Amino acid sequence: MLTKRNFLLALSLITFGLVLAVYGRATEPAADANEVVIQNFAFEPATLTVKAGTKVTWVNRDEEPHTATATDKRFNSKVLENGDRFTTEFTQPGTYKYYCALHPKMTGQIMVK
Amino acid sequence: MSEQDQIERRSFLKCMAWAGTGLVWAMSGGVLSSHELLAGPKRKPAGFSFVQISDSHIGFNRDPNHDVTKTLQEAVDKINELDERPAFVIHTGDITHLASAEQFDTAAQVMKSARASQVYYVPGEHDVFTDDGKLYLERFGRGTLGQGWQSFDYNGVHFIGLINVLNLKQGSGTGLGGSGFGQLGQEQLAWLQKDVKGLSSSTPIVVFAHIPLWTISADWGWGTDESEQALSYLKRFGSVTVLNGHVHQVLQKVEGNVTFHTARSTAYPQPAPGTAPAPGPIKDVPAEKLRSTLGLTDVNYTAKGSQLAVVDEMLG
Repeated sequence: MLTKRNFLLALSLITFGLVLAVYGRATEPAADANEVVIQNFAFEPATLTVKAGTKVTWVNRDEEPHTATATDKRFNSKVLENGDRFTTEFTQPGTYKYYCALHPKMTGQIMVK
Repeated sequence: MSEQDQIERRSFLKCMAWAGTGLVWAMSGGVLSSHELLAGPKRKPAGFSFVQISDSHIGFNRDPNHDVTKTLQEAVDKINELDERPAFVIHTGDITHLASAEQFDTAAQVMKSARASQVYYVPGEHDVFTDDGKLYLERFGRGTLGQGWQSFDYNGVHFIGLINVLNLKQGSGTGLGGSGFGQLGQEQLAWLQKDVKGLSSSTPIVVFAHIPLWTISADWGWGTDESEQALSYLKRFGSVTVLNGHVHQVLQKVEGNVTFHTARSTAYPQPAPGTAPAPGPIKDVPAEKLRSTLGLTDVNYTAKGSQLAVVDEMLG
């Protein structure tokens, strides 16, 4: 049987969870449609689809330095330290693959429609 | 107790401590057993020794190490305190964190204080990623060939420095193809094949390069494309020792006549493969424990055998 004490404990846990959920959502960086976040050695989203003429921004949220370097060297962010941003415009439709020059295992692509 | 006894006792205890803090191992058929190591300093070895340091990452300034220049200096101090003066020092790359002129200058300044006739370098990807290695080659690659590779002989041992951090190809993280591994390139491989062609198969070979020449973790890109091709040229040699950095931890493997070994960093440790979501500095190392995660590697060669003994030493 649920005692009053256990009920209160459960209620407070649920409330705490709700507060966390709301707070968590409020502090999460707003996912800009034209933004790629670099976090935990990965590009997120790994595939970003945009319209021609869009400016895409990469932001590094890792403490490790990273780059966003086009496979065909069409664009290269140079080194992005924690918090640094790099923006480039995609004018022509196509698929643009890129990677991190320091950690080439990290890859992503921009699909321009 | 005579003075001589005291000295011997002291050097014996010092050596005990040294063996106790380092990971001591001998290669298959190695001539140095741990016993011989303990008795070592009293007899002058007939061969020579050299020291490998790696991954000094000058310019790195975050947890767990906010003063990587100091820990590199401590590693150099340790080299200078060795009973047997090393013939030379090999730095296996990631000298700097971001390849700036200032970081290269700081590293060169510290390395200058090493009591060794010469320091041989190979770059890490951190030293070349901004300019395809131009600045690195200017400062540390004098006298090397191609994009920085080199070979030299010392007391009958043939040393080969390979570059595997240039022309990195994108990895397969999102199924886009490529390994994300280190790259040797056909030009360098052709040079390597020619370089060892005239050598007798009994010549001991030491290969040094930044990224491991054996696959430690495919997920993290800890391996080198074409390393099998490179090693095939070395197959006929009785003793091949491969020294790498990049992974910031001691890992080793013996395959036939080839012994692979990775050195600790002088800057910060990285997780063992598969124990973390991604590579990168282990940030939560307590300050008093940091130095036990950093270190250098002593390599001893005795002329009576062709094998080398590798001893890893921690900074603290």
